Amino acid sequence: MKNNNVIEVENLTKKFGNFTAVNSITFEVKKGEIFGFLGANGAGKTTAMKMLIGISKPTSGKAQVAGFDVFTHPEDIKKNIGYMSQKFALYDDLTVKENITFFGGIYGLSRAKIKEKRNELVEELGLQDIVNELVGSLPLGWKQKISFSIALLHSPTIVFLDEPTGGVDPITRRQFWEMIYKAANNGTTVFVTTHYMDEAEYCDRVSIMVDGKIEALDTPKKLKEKYNADNMNDVFLKLARG
Amino acid sequence: MSISVQHISKSFKKVTAVNDVSFELKEGELFGLIGPDGAGKTTIFRILTTLLFADKGTATVAGFDVIGDYKEIRNNVGYMPGKFSLYQDLTVEENLDFFATIFGTTIEENYELIKDIYVQIEPFKKRRAGALSGGMKQKLALSCALIHKPKVLFLDEPTTGVDPVSRKEFWEMLKRLQQKGITILVSTPYMDEAELCDRIALIQHGKILQIDTPQEIIKHYPKKIYDVKADNMYRLLESLKSFEHHYSVYPFGEFVHYTDKREDFNPQELQQYLATKNHQNIKIEITKTTIEDTFMELAK
Amino acid sequence: MKRFIGFVKKEFYHIFRDKRSLFILFGMPIAQILLFGFAITNEINNVDIAIFDKSNDATTQEIIQKISASKYFSIKQNITNEAEIETVFQKGKVLAVLVFEKDFKKNLTKDNAAKVHVITDATDPNTANSITNYISAIIGSYQKEINKNSTLEYQIETKSRMVYNPELKSVFMFVPGVMTIILMLVSAMMTSISITREKELGTMEILLVSPLKPFQVIVGKVIPYIFLSIINAIVIVLLSIFIFKMPVQGSLFLLALESVLFIITSLSLGILISTVSATQQTAMMISLMGLMLPTILLSGFIFPISSMPLPLQIISNIIPAKWFILILKGIMLKGVGLCFIWKETLILAGMTLFFIALSIKKYKIRLE
Repeated sequence: MKNNNVIEVENLTKKFGNFTAVNSITFEVKKGEIFGFLGANGAGKTTAMKMLIGISKPTSGKAQVAGFDVFTHPEDIKKNIGYMSQKFALYDDLTVKENITFFGGIYGLSRAKIKEKRNELVEELGLQDIVNELVGSLPLGWKQKISFSIALLHSPTIVFLDEPTGGVDPITRRQFWEMIYKAANNGTTVFVTTHYMDEAEYCDRVSIMVDGKIEALDTPKKLKEKYNADNMNDVFLKLARG
Repeated sequence: MSISVQHISKSFKKVTAVNDVSFELKEGELFGLIGPDGAGKTTIFRILTTLLFADKGTATVAGFDVIGDYKEIRNNVGYMPGKFSLYQDLTVEENLDFFATIFGTTIEENYELIKDIYVQIEPFKKRRAGALSGGMKQKLALSCALIHKPKVLFLDEPTTGVDPVSRKEFWEMLKRLQQKGITILVSTPYMDEAELCDRIALIQHGKILQIDTPQEIIKHYPKKIYDVKADNMYRLLESLKSFEHHYSVYPFGEFVHYTDKREDFNPQELQQYLATKNHQNIKIEITKTTIEDTFMELAK
Repeated sequence: MKRFIGFVKKEFYHIFRDKRSLFILFGMPIAQILLFGFAITNEINNVDIAIFDKSNDATTQEIIQKISASKYFSIKQNITNEAEIETVFQKGKVLAVLVFEKDFKKNLTKDNAAKVHVITDATDPNTANSITNYISAIIGSYQKEINKNSTLEYQIETKSRMVYNPELKSVFMFVPGVMTIILMLVSAMMTSISITREKELGTMEILLVSPLKPFQVIVGKVIPYIFLSIINAIVIVLLSIFIFKMPVQGSLFLLALESVLFIITSLSLGILISTVSATQQTAMMISLMGLMLPTILLSGFIFPISSMPLPLQIISNIIPAKWFILILKGIMLKGVGLCFIWKETLILAGMTLFFIALSIKKYKIRLE
């Protein structure tokens, strides 16, 4: 991999029978970048992301993630990435502490390391009072912050976030983005897939997928200038309507 | 009054879902309940559609009491619940026909009302609802909720999880329905949709923060907001938060929304402060207040 | 009424478009009947038996001759005293002992009646029953043979006693049992799932906020399943009559009426389940664990009730399937009329009323 790209994708394609879900996409993501991967439902974002995190084999093309080839080393990719989705985040019937221990264990952290990381996390998020509470009893905003921190527990090169902040109140959402900025500042690459256009405004660069192809890729600012739009929502509307 | 809610409260076990909420809708008004998940929006909808009893307070819909006259209400309102997903195994036409039948009417009888919306999905009327895209499902659901010509329409988060194009079309449809005299109560977690309503109620933790037109709500924001930008977002946030005169600092897309404690704040001063903190490409500009800024100020 | 018909129509669409429910509805009954029918076979071959001939005369010799000549039995041992019967069974050497009474021939010629005793090891009740049937048949044909040449009616009385398992299940018992289970499954589980599915989809909210009355929703949900359960019952009865040659002794009309009663019992249980569960998964779990297991284990279908410990015997009384199996057994196997099964029918009807009343009480016109 050249210079400091952590994701390099070239003509990546995925076909299901006659249907081309992802049609020859090409892009790269730099280390420490917050990259927004946008598209409407069914545009192919999920399929593309599944290939990048090593759980779906591409039909053709090239892709390297965290220095590993998606065709030959999907298992190594999994060890070097973190993943957080709004749909599945934490176990509601385990306490915060148990969740942290469990996910730390999955990524092969030693006991001592888990304990150290857990204390760090509790300190940082101010979880002292709720560390022994069941996750199910916490507000959505807390869950999301904790689950993001857990995705970072094993210090991954890249963290993939799937629609992380939909439905959260505006203040919590900003606290969440501050956490993302912090992670990026520490050198972690953040890859956000979403169809919420206002989430896109926070990214360093965004790509917009329409019908399996990347139709636009740039900083939100430049995209807004290019499409003469007030916000990313308008950019998307103009793109989608052609 | 088309809808009147007076001091409604509702608790589930320990959690207070709705806490002393009051608001009123005039006939033909498009009113938005704006708030995040868990704010109590769905509970309010369920109380008004007679699906739940409130613990305290009274409410009427189309002139009928939600407790005493629940049968009349059930005949006069259209309701699209949040997680409503139609019958996936029935076709578009069968779904619509089913809802027409159970409300004792036919598609033909009220076709005029749904025509605008239904023509867009009519080409797919033989397709199963499960095979429709998100936007088309939403149009079908709206057609189903309208098929019996309700006086009041309740739409609980109709645009959640729908792509921007469909969202925009949906709001255009609501505007047209409003012109036909239907009162519409709609809820959404998206602050940017607030401006499309006649009046809105900002709601969080079961309490209403403010009720007014979107324009008035924005006008009442007490401070001037500045867009601040620099190369490293994370460091910028840290610096702004350690600036002694800051009142609020929120990331806002590619900018940070900054407000100052002082009335006579001079952006030049902040510019210099940030320069001493080694920030590159600093930009500070006064900006328009949004509903989201107001919401955060009220929810603080 | 139009609303209601529209509703029922929709239910049929759901059923016919869901391959899974179609399979449960029609695949299961056929598969179960065939499985039980062929797995529980009454064919026996070369079974080892012992003879205790207290009489040892020409007639008994002839009968023994006939039995040992058949391919079904081979005589392993001759026993000379009562105590040995127990020992041979315990050693597991033979599955049956044939005991001829003293002075067998003399009794037969003098009193025109003689007794033979068939004692079987009923740890495997089906085999035991078959053995008894086969031996009776051989003795029966011998009896016919000797009667043919005589003006007198000779009677050989075959008495059977089964050790270790006094109440024997008939091989035909599986038909009433399977029928009960299928009707229970289709009616209770499918209705509860189909009602909870509406809850999960969120469409129940719309139905509640519509002018449809709650009982119309429930009855509308139930009607298709009544219809399908009746078809199922018919399929099961036809299969057992034509494929397994099961004699249905009693009135088919009464059988139909009782089946409808049981279908309604099961449906009301299904409705009851759906009022307490919020998801399809819960409804399925409750139906399987709360209905199917007790139905299979405690209804007397597989394990005879009289050999259960007392607490279980008492519990078995509250299982509707127990009563329905008794009714079916009565009608299908014994050919009795309503005057013999009115008590069971009344109990079942009472249970049905109770479940319906409870579901109406539990069914909410609101969401809480």
